[in-house]
Amino acid sequence: MDLFEYQGKQYFSRFGIAVSPGDVADTVEQAVEVANRVGYPVVVKAQVKVGGRGKAGGVKLANNVDEVRLHAGNILGLDIKGHVVHRLWIERSSDIAKEYYASFTLDRPNKTHLGMLSAQGGVEIEVVAEENPDAIAFLTIDPVRGLDLATSRRWVNEAELDEAAREQAAELLVKLYECYTKGDCDLAEINPLILTPDNKVHALDAKVTLDENASFRHPEWEEFRATETEDPREKMAKEKGLNYIGLDGTVGIIANGAGLAMSTLDVVNQVGGSAANFLDIGGGANADVMASALEVINSDPKVKVIFVNIFGGITRVDEVAKGVLEALQRVSIESPIVLRLDGTNAVEGRAILAPHLNEKLITEPTMLDAARRAVAFANA
Amino acid sequence: MSIFVDENTKVIVQGLTGGQGKFHGLRNRDYGTKIVGGVTPGKGGTDVEGIPVFNTVKEAVEATGATASFVSVPPKFASDAILEAAAGGITFIVCITEGIPAHDEAVTYNRLVEEFPGVRLLGPNCPGIISPGKCNIGITSGDIALAGGPVGIVSRSGTLTYQALHELSQQGIGQTTCVGIGGDPVPGTNFIDCLAAFEADPETKAVMMIGEIGGSEEERAAEWIKLNMTKPVVSYIAGVTAPAGRKMGHAGAIISGSKGTAQAKMDALAEAGVHVCLNPTEAGQKMVEIVKAL
Repeated sequence: MDLFEYQGKQYFSRFGIAVSPGDVADTVEQAVEVANRVGYPVVVKAQVKVGGRGKAGGVKLANNVDEVRLHAGNILGLDIKGHVVHRLWIERSSDIAKEYYASFTLDRPNKTHLGMLSAQGGVEIEVVAEENPDAIAFLTIDPVRGLDLATSRRWVNEAELDEAAREQAAELLVKLYECYTKGDCDLAEINPLILTPDNKVHALDAKVTLDENASFRHPEWEEFRATETEDPREKMAKEKGLNYIGLDGTVGIIANGAGLAMSTLDVVNQVGGSAANFLDIGGGANADVMASALEVINSDPKVKVIFVNIFGGITRVDEVAKGVLEALQRVSIESPIVLRLDGTNAVEGRAILAPHLNEKLITEPTMLDAARRAVAFANA
Repeated sequence: MSIFVDENTKVIVQGLTGGQGKFHGLRNRDYGTKIVGGVTPGKGGTDVEGIPVFNTVKEAVEATGATASFVSVPPKFASDAILEAAAGGITFIVCITEGIPAHDEAVTYNRLVEEFPGVRLLGPNCPGIISPGKCNIGITSGDIALAGGPVGIVSRSGTLTYQALHELSQQGIGQTTCVGIGGDPVPGTNFIDCLAAFEADPETKAVMMIGEIGGSEEERAAEWIKLNMTKPVVSYIAGVTAPAGRKMGHAGAIISGSKGTAQAKMDALAEAGVHVCLNPTEAGQKMVEIVKAL
């Protein structure tokens, strides 16, 4: 789950990482109220989960009430790369002497954590990595040992941060690592991390991605979840425990397992069709889950045919078959359904469906045959 | 021969008294796997359809001589269960649990490496391993596998592992061992571990490798194949049509920026001399050709 900048800053604050004083605003009046409270000049920042806000006119400096009104009014409702701005973050403007970059993420090939620190912040780190890789100090961190202050001090020296910033930065990086690990982040990034002319170091931006697998130990994430702007069908699917991603095509896809679902998308594409969605019903799905999956797909007006591709493992095919019949009773499904059923209890599953098969409920023996049949319906 | 597990492997099930653990543990036993015990704290002394249950892994190992464990416990408890298995004397751990936080996986993996070198973890979030006719640990349906070799299978995706087994078995091509390494960001066993084991196994004559978008494990495997693999490899990579920036179910399956695309992986594998196929059926057919020509 990606956080908005303001949520990332609030998350950082919990771990003692210094950020600029500020608050959120959903209206021009609220923006004025926040600006008056934190003191001028302020920066009015669009809250969208996409890069390039500044270039799109979503970040503006305001020296007084009139300017806050002007900029807040312009930025609210602005469309930045398809993301409409509904919320602003207003914070006290900081004078900047230097901009740095700092982040922690998982180094998958090495199975360790990776810290990246650069004295050249404020620009995209990918660009720095490309043009001047020596400007980034990489730090491999053993997840068992973690990051201590002594290591952090060596690291800021290696990155050649300004002398005045080093001690504060070293301490801040230890806190950022805490936030990354204890806070179960997939990514914790500050760009820019700034040094002010009066020698204070603090985070001017926050990019945080949370690992949803850790939700069970973070009840406080509920507030972040509430602001997730999602496609209504994605939201409905999530509530039902399904892994759904909306796409542009006409073949509704239901499969068990992420790999098989991805492969189903590929195969549908190869035989001349296009998928309306990715939907993984997960391992161990029962009849109820299957019925919910059909309901979600059925609510998509683009869908002309539904392709159910199941290879039972932990999921039992007889349960899937029961779910299909249950869904057909619960909701009226106009689109034809093409099923391919194999694996655990497949024989039982096919037997359950056998008496109900007709021109709109069809089984095919293989994935490829089923894809061809589904695409024929979709393109008819 | 087979890799990692065979007909002599004695297995305990951590979580045998839970719903999934019981269902799959008993299915594994029915398949012929030597399931010699279960572990559930507080339920020691009971049994599940004749399989004795112990309070700790250590007790189970002492009583049964087990060397492998099948971990089927909820995400919250999985890391502790894996480490308990290693400390209790288990050397091959299969963890099917889905949904373990990435930070827990990273810590657990590194603790295993540092404190218990020689212990192999398969998974988490994997379907398990099957050496057809000999041993099946995990959730794979045994009847889709065919004993006798000569093909080894390694796969990052659960259901595609079954699909691969099915494609080969349907054509009368048997498997030595089929390993599902799982789709999480920190897998205990990776492609290269399995490719190396298959390369060293005299009965495995060819390998089918099933990958997916995200990460760079397939590219690393391609490098390894280029330098070390003498046996033919057929591959299929899922996710050619996956959009960038969206997690496709598995925590690891995400195209970030220009990295982790199916095309990049397919190119790297083709460059290493691997037969790259566009769907599981095509991969199955290619393997039939290769095996017939052996």
